[in-house]
Amino acid sequence: MNSAVELKSLEKRFGKTEIIRGVSLDVKSGERHAVIGPNGAGKSTLFNLISGRFMPSAGSIHLRGENITGLRPFEINRRGLSRSFQVTNIFPRLSVWENVRCAVLWSKGYKYSFWRNIDKLEDVRARTQEILQLINMTDRAEIPAGVLSYADQRALEIGITIAGGADIILLDEPTAGMSRSETEQAVALIRKVSEGRTLIIIEHDMGVVFDLADRISVLVYGQIIATDEPAKIKANQKVQEAYLGAAGHD
Amino acid sequence: MAELIIISTLNGVLYGMLLFLMASGLTLIFSMMGVLNFAHASFYMLGAFLGFQISQWAGFFPAIILAPLIAGGLGALVERYGLRTVHKNGHVAELLFTFGLAFIIEEVIQMIWGKLAMDYRVPSLLDFSAFTIYATNYPAYKAFMLLFSILIFIGLIFLLTRTRAGLIIQASLTHPNMVGMLGHNVPRVFMLVFGLGTSLAAIAGAIAGAAFVTQSNMAALLGPILFVVVVVGGLGSLWGAFVASLLIGLLQTFAISSSWSLSKLFGTSFAPASGTILYDIWTVTIAQIGPILPYLLLVLVLVFRPTGLFGTRDT
Amino acid sequence: MSSTIKTYGIWIVAALLLLLFPYVFSAGASLTTMCLMGIMIIFALSYNMLLGQTGMLSFGHAVYYGLAAFVTAHTMNWAAKAGYPIPLPLIPVAGAATGLFFGIVFGWVSTKRGGTAFAMISLGLAELVYSSSLILRSFFGGEEGISADRTKLFRVFGYNFGPQIQVYYLIAFWTLLCVILMYAITRTPLGRMCNAVRENQERVEFVGYNPQFVRFIAFSLAGLFAGVAGSLAAINIELAQASFVGAGQSGVVLLAAYIGGVAFFVGPVLGAIVVTLLSIKLSDFSEIWLLYFGILFITVILFAPYGLSGLLMMHAQFWRGPLGSKIARFGRLLGAYVIAAIPALIMLAGAILLIEMIHHVAQKGAEGANMHFLRRSYLTVNTRSVLPWVGGLIALFAGFFAFRFTWPTVANAWHKALLDAQRSGK
Repeated sequence: MNSAVELKSLEKRFGKTEIIRGVSLDVKSGERHAVIGPNGAGKSTLFNLISGRFMPSAGSIHLRGENITGLRPFEINRRGLSRSFQVTNIFPRLSVWENVRCAVLWSKGYKYSFWRNIDKLEDVRARTQEILQLINMTDRAEIPAGVLSYADQRALEIGITIAGGADIILLDEPTAGMSRSETEQAVALIRKVSEGRTLIIIEHDMGVVFDLADRISVLVYGQIIATDEPAKIKANQKVQEAYLGAAGHD
Repeated sequence: MAELIIISTLNGVLYGMLLFLMASGLTLIFSMMGVLNFAHASFYMLGAFLGFQISQWAGFFPAIILAPLIAGGLGALVERYGLRTVHKNGHVAELLFTFGLAFIIEEVIQMIWGKLAMDYRVPSLLDFSAFTIYATNYPAYKAFMLLFSILIFIGLIFLLTRTRAGLIIQASLTHPNMVGMLGHNVPRVFMLVFGLGTSLAAIAGAIAGAAFVTQSNMAALLGPILFVVVVVGGLGSLWGAFVASLLIGLLQTFAISSSWSLSKLFGTSFAPASGTILYDIWTVTIAQIGPILPYLLLVLVLVFRPTGLFGTRDT
Repeated sequence: MSSTIKTYGIWIVAALLLLLFPYVFSAGASLTTMCLMGIMIIFALSYNMLLGQTGMLSFGHAVYYGLAAFVTAHTMNWAAKAGYPIPLPLIPVAGAATGLFFGIVFGWVSTKRGGTAFAMISLGLAELVYSSSLILRSFFGGEEGISADRTKLFRVFGYNFGPQIQVYYLIAFWTLLCVILMYAITRTPLGRMCNAVRENQERVEFVGYNPQFVRFIAFSLAGLFAGVAGSLAAINIELAQASFVGAGQSGVVLLAAYIGGVAFFVGPVLGAIVVTLLSIKLSDFSEIWLLYFGILFITVILFAPYGLSGLLMMHAQFWRGPLGSKIARFGRLLGAYVIAAIPALIMLAGAILLIEMIHHVAQKGAEGANMHFLRRSYLTVNTRSVLPWVGGLIALFAGFFAFRFTWPTVANAWHKALLDAQRSGK
């Protein structure tokens, strides 16, 4: 199998504080890979490094073999990697439809065109409609995103992330703050949209993690202490000590 | 020649310190509240006019104490009833509010004092020559201004780093919510800081107005330079404001005393035709481009170092 | 079919109105006013491409307006002297090109930063250009500026554009064209991404767009349209002056756009009309009309941040149900507004009286104690007597308290109208 995202000895310091202390990871193409770990382990920082929001202090990041270290977020996104945010990061005063459509535009190649009527672009309209159906929000298409309920905003967040058709998707705690039933729906959605794509997901909900993941990496204090299949991770003593503790027995 | 350099350096440092007196208040307000007070130069102007008016009634020294107090009080009121209302509408609304405020302050000053320059004089107590360099007398009042601004600067540092109030202010700069939860009245801190910042600007105006011109276009002339100082120094950096103030102060002062131009340098043998743009550029003296130098510096800094010299905070 | 009529209908109606206005408002002064409005409409809409659409607050937009005015004046002089067959109606193209050129050059530097820094940079650049106007005398013409003669250009169909009515139609044409183009741009991928940048610049990067480049293009296009406005301004008064690139001119367009409302496309149009009218009419009533302008601006910022168009659009939710009930509903609402307006006007009158008297006492000592309130000789006020001062204060405070008293009435009327509208269905 090919490598989708590879991290080589990645380090990140903020001033004197080391957050990521040497992470090496190889996520395979088509894999569903979960990253778990205690709070403050550096999981979101890892996503920020991979997606270009932060510059690494040392080490390198590779996308399908290409070195993308130091590239701007939009350059990385254009290469087929898309990420969601832990704290919902949408366009509040734009409608749900508009939110998704903005995420569709680049992938359809319209770039910075100011001479084409966007309402006449059928491929954009069709894809936006498709995404809205996927996240089950066609009835709320005209509502400004800022007034949606929390769960709806999280769904929209995922919608924006996948709208561009990226084949490497990073989801940062997509089910945070959701009820049991909302989580089930979200998991079904995530499973559907990651079909045939590479998924890296940060999660605290162990049910979701063991349900979805092909492999799990455990990040503790900025280092990966184990990467393996779910069953082996559950049994791993280091992991149990560091993280799962009593909660490891499902 | 040496005389010119020494005098220009003294004047340049003086101008720079005055700029810094204002830029420091501006930076303090920006760091704390995230709003760049467009009306800051207007408070400088207000200080000058209040200083003038009060000195007419009660003498110079009461004037330079009362003027900043009144202006600072006004600033606190503006924060309490104006800025706080607009705060919820975002940074653009706050900036626009301070812009409107600057507009109104200028119009009110014109309404009361008119558009001509005021006869704001240096007090006779300080109206002598402090020392003589070669053949030029250096006025005592300017030395007084320099001393005064340094004293205020030291006082400000002392306030911020050694007093309890200063510690609370510093904490509120980065963690207003936490400071609030610790029991401090953060809105009141904001109000005090805004008042402090504006009174700093006003005191600069009160003492500078007597040496330079006190007129209703003061804010419009000084305002843009002030903003260049903070952008070049780096928004939110007090140290950057200091360096940039001195840099611009010295740059402009040295430029104004120079009558060099390209035509003087290269002679008239290959001068461009009269009446064209090239001719204008050829014959312009450095003294004439003195007013634009800060803006040229701004463009240079933007091209090579967009976050400013010591930039810490991006908006 | 009906949707096509809806889409294009509004532009056809606008074109018809523009054609007919001179017949309705036929006084000479009205023509001049309408010409100025047209220019300001283009200018304010171009400004809103930055502020309302992309969230960029600029304090130096007059640079593109003014520079285009100067290039226009020079072009007119050059074309007339050399006898080139360039008719006046095509001259604004030169203005557009100038605006676009400088928009690109200055925009490349300005758009590196956003937010507050961008605002300060725009101010700095504007000062740079304005200060240069004193140095580059050949281009800016020093204090007198550059004058031009619009009748000296190549004539098409015999129109020499001397009479104001011909200038009006020229301006009206270009205004309609620019409005249509600027509206069309909001319906393009770039237009939509401008809104996205305004809402959440960071997220834009993660959906594949470079927000800096979006801002750069918006800035350049805004410069283009500001250039058209500047060009028409130069044609209109046959003069280009340094004040065209000054801070004052930048301030006026900001005021116009903001007072009209930056959240709706039609906002700056409203603002441009109101600001033009005020700047012409207010000076008839007071020497210190600029102060009232500033007070209006601050009032809008504090209490009506979405401007006039925002206030109007707040009433859109009441536009439901059959016509009869719509009229009744608005009638009742209007009634409540009138009740609130009366003490408000009294309060305003008191405030204005006091302000004018302060101004008179402070600045007009030479004219004696008597002041012509609102410049009307039949409203003479003796500023030395206590009566007008006391009267003004009473009007101000009593008016204010009475005004506050009426707020619940308005709130009730609002609430009732809302319920009524909801019951009315679609």
